Amino acid sequence: MSFNEKTLKNVANLARLRFPEEQEAKFMQDINGILTWVEELKEVDVTNVEPLVSVSPRKNAVRPDVVTVGELQKELMANAPESAHGFYVVPKMVE
Amino acid sequence: MTYTIEGKTSDWELVIGLEVHCQIISKSKVFSPSSAVFGAEQNTHVSFIDAAFPGMLPVVNEKCIEQCVKTGMGLNAVINKYSRFDRKNYFYADLPQGYQISQLYHPIVGEGYIEVTTSEGTRKIGVERLHLEQDAAKSIHDMSPNASFIDLNRCGVGLMEIVSKPDMHSPEEAGEYLRQLRAIVRALETCDGNMDEGSMRCDVNISVRPVGETTLRNRVEVKNVNSVRFVMQAIEIEAKRQIDIYENGGTIDQQTRLFDSVNLETRAMRSKENANDYRYFPDPDLLPVILTDEYIENIRQNLPELPEAKKKRYIETMGLTPYDASVLTADKEISHYFETACQGQDAKKVANWVMGDLFGYLNKSNLTIVQSPVSAENLGALVGLIGDGTISGKIAKEVFEIMTQTGKSPAVIVEEKGLKQVSDTGAIESLIADILAQNMDKVAEIKAGKDKLKGWFVGQIMKASQGKVNPALANQLLDKKLSEL
Amino acid sequence: MVSKLTDLTISEALDLLDKKEISSVELTQAHLTEMERSTVLNAYITPTPELALKTAEESDKKRLSGEKIGRLEGIPIANKDLYCTQGIRTTAASKILSEFVPPYESTVTQQLKDAGTIMLGKVNTDQFAMGGSTMTSYFGVTKNPWTDENGHYNLVPGGSSGGSAAAVAAGLCMGATGSDTGGSIRQPASFCGITGIKPTYGRCSRYGIVAFASSLDQAGPMARSVKDCALMLREMAGFDEKDSTVADIAVPDFTQALTGDIRGKKIGIPREYRSKDLNPQVAAVWDKGIAFLKNAGAEIVEISMPHTKYALPVYYIIACAEASSNLARYDGVRYTTRVNGKTLNEMYENTRTDGFGPEVIRRILLGTFVLSAGFYDAYYIRAQRVRRLIYNDFIEAFKQVDAILAPAAPTTALSYDEMKNMKPVDTYLGDVFTTPSSLAGVPALALPIGLADNGLPVGLQVIGKHFDENTVFQVAHVLETQAQFDKKPHYVKG
Repeated sequence: MSFNEKTLKNVANLARLRFPEEQEAKFMQDINGILTWVEELKEVDVTNVEPLVSVSPRKNAVRPDVVTVGELQKELMANAPESAHGFYVVPKMVE
Repeated sequence: MTYTIEGKTSDWELVIGLEVHCQIISKSKVFSPSSAVFGAEQNTHVSFIDAAFPGMLPVVNEKCIEQCVKTGMGLNAVINKYSRFDRKNYFYADLPQGYQISQLYHPIVGEGYIEVTTSEGTRKIGVERLHLEQDAAKSIHDMSPNASFIDLNRCGVGLMEIVSKPDMHSPEEAGEYLRQLRAIVRALETCDGNMDEGSMRCDVNISVRPVGETTLRNRVEVKNVNSVRFVMQAIEIEAKRQIDIYENGGTIDQQTRLFDSVNLETRAMRSKENANDYRYFPDPDLLPVILTDEYIENIRQNLPELPEAKKKRYIETMGLTPYDASVLTADKEISHYFETACQGQDAKKVANWVMGDLFGYLNKSNLTIVQSPVSAENLGALVGLIGDGTISGKIAKEVFEIMTQTGKSPAVIVEEKGLKQVSDTGAIESLIADILAQNMDKVAEIKAGKDKLKGWFVGQIMKASQGKVNPALANQLLDKKLSEL
Repeated sequence: MVSKLTDLTISEALDLLDKKEISSVELTQAHLTEMERSTVLNAYITPTPELALKTAEESDKKRLSGEKIGRLEGIPIANKDLYCTQGIRTTAASKILSEFVPPYESTVTQQLKDAGTIMLGKVNTDQFAMGGSTMTSYFGVTKNPWTDENGHYNLVPGGSSGGSAAAVAAGLCMGATGSDTGGSIRQPASFCGITGIKPTYGRCSRYGIVAFASSLDQAGPMARSVKDCALMLREMAGFDEKDSTVADIAVPDFTQALTGDIRGKKIGIPREYRSKDLNPQVAAVWDKGIAFLKNAGAEIVEISMPHTKYALPVYYIIACAEASSNLARYDGVRYTTRVNGKTLNEMYENTRTDGFGPEVIRRILLGTFVLSAGFYDAYYIRAQRVRRLIYNDFIEAFKQVDAILAPAAPTTALSYDEMKNMKPVDTYLGDVFTTPSSLAGVPALALPIGLADNGLPVGLQVIGKHFDENTVFQVAHVLETQAQFDKKPHYVKG
């Protein structure tokens, strides 16, 4: 099956998730179950079928170049787990 | 294409491509209605959309689309009537959504080129694409030893990423490409091209290969090279580093490096970019951008004159050299100054003054052309005074010097300082007569055939008149007086 | 005077409010009282009783003073806790947003406020709307007000809009907002014996609704009658410049479509829905529905929608892919809970692993996988191609018929014990009849038609053409009239 331990680790890392090994097996089993079931899509002939990205009938949704929001620093920071001097604060980043 | 670097084993040639990010000039951000203006207090130009609050949705700014189309035209490029936005997924503190909205699969602008003139001639450098995307936020690392601080003001400002083909082969060519690109976006007013403030940023892709080899070797991306000079330096330094490694039997991995402009070296980046898998997919929150022929034509018709067309005009109708023309069109302000100064004057002479004395002075004083104390009108007038014989070229240098100090018009300075050329033949003739009378020995030598001494007399005349005598007139009258003796 | 205010439909209540026979405060208080005694159901995550009473008082004043009032003035409703409500905690039933207080209001709830509704509180859902049972909620499961055969509150209300469905069925609100990505309005409506419509994709703005899968998410109303849904949808729908995908199409007065006359209408019965997954009891109710429509003068046409069986896997690939990206913003920096770490990445991992439940994590993992290098074409792009084929099935079908009648869910409400022991894939099968219309973006309304032998309600769905909710309401209204479904859940009967 395509979804092995290595794939799980890679995908978890991409999604910034990490769990103990005992949970890994369960996730792997679940996802492999889903992927097996998804296999049946392979039997569909999709030659010359364009992928469908959106079913919205809207064309050219654009907005005018106007500034309509003012300063929201206080409102932004109100929900922040950590902030200082109007900045969001995170653990030190490396370059 | 003659630029090569001599190595121990062979001569090496360079393959260079540039990825340039240009911040779009617009009032509001590309997907949100918050201000795109630079320099505000932290997190005050931020909407809940920019901060990626739950349920917030992007809506594209029509101005940003227009700016991309304009720029695409400036790059002689294909404008794609169908374009679409994709999400580039990765985690970073300067990216609140956890993805950057960009255009991978269907960019708004396709292939084009920029014409670049270097000492080796004029070439078209291919442009691969231009796509529209969001800028990231800024993180500040020096406010605390164990924390970084995030300011989202820049987050979501519209960016055009302009990717060249790997078409350049020398630092000079890359530098010139960047200068031309900056001239184009400035002329079109789609980006202010200010590399110091980061509104224009450059990543350089470099690989080297022995002359004669036809395949491309692994390339290194050098990030954040933020001036034309640094781009040229970084290319040279990185190329030499690669050649060194190859010649010592090593290999180059495809990697991302940072340019250190202080130590003049490139070094590998530590953490980011470790072979990220960005999982691009079409952004389901946004619809395709469909442009009509009418829309595109309308923009085309209202396009200002581009540097390239301007350059052609300078060469063909003003008679400038290609080199002078490309210098004078590289910057909108410069060409504007030049054309103002040219009004009614000899363009070639004005060009010489602008590129010679004026640039020399501005460079020395660290001023831009808009800050010049010598206005374009006054510089033009100065050239006019020389042309109509009011002052000599030598006096003009003196007048120019005073103009830089006072900003006064040259006519006023000439008047105040009494620098007007003496054209009264009677006065000059009596001056010559006096000089001849005091130097009869030299007159005799001239009569004996030593014509060269005439020059010495002219010098004496100029000296006695403090340079105010028109030299041609002085020569003519000297001959007349000598023949009378 | 009516005996029980919490039994009224919205249209009945509007009539009584109009005649000043009841006040909004009375109506609101009656629901608040029911909410208080309903702890066994756990339908609400955040009740807002003080706010509700205050709004109701203002509403009554407005009505008495003769000021201009909204079309739903004074009607107490509940909002799914996926809709951001300004100043009121919005959790998406997750731990990671358990402390989030939005500084803005979603477009749909704002429009409902403007229409005069009174919000009673925020109701439970599956975490980030991922699930069909409310079992993935961080705030505990909601109980279906219908009991199992032993009289125990042991059944799931369906999901993800299970809190909305249970609250409507149990008289804890008159109507509720739901949201439907692959069946999240219609399946719980069916399980709880109420009515709910997923309108056309693009009918309602998604602005301010916590996103699950952007190309599929649609807001919709859940209520106790077809007319109530029509009344609510009119207020919820409409163009919004803040959502690029919402349609610039006028919103009609849907109640005008409730003519009671469907003579000559062609109703499609898709052959492929009679699958092995379909419970025979549900099939029997479907047949009953077909007979009702025939009685009413509709023409029944058997149709084929050959790609139906691929809808579920296509749905799970696309929805999970979009979700994996949509949920990347919950990173511990700006408004979520945070579990610290030594480095930025450690903080991300700690925060996200702690803040998301297992089903959410499973879907993020799957979604990340199908977008990852080497698998994108085989999974994601292929799924989008098959999505077009499914879409085309509907376009073809609607060349022959005006509407489609199908079951809403393959079974009646399942028990928690049944669901707990199921593999994820088996729980996904509950969406088998709802995902095709979600992928196609067409409107679909679920309403209760009858009871199965186990005494539990069975719903059918009426599916219509894009932006033709009118026909959907028209057909559903006739079915409602014919079916005369007046069964009340055990919880209400007492």
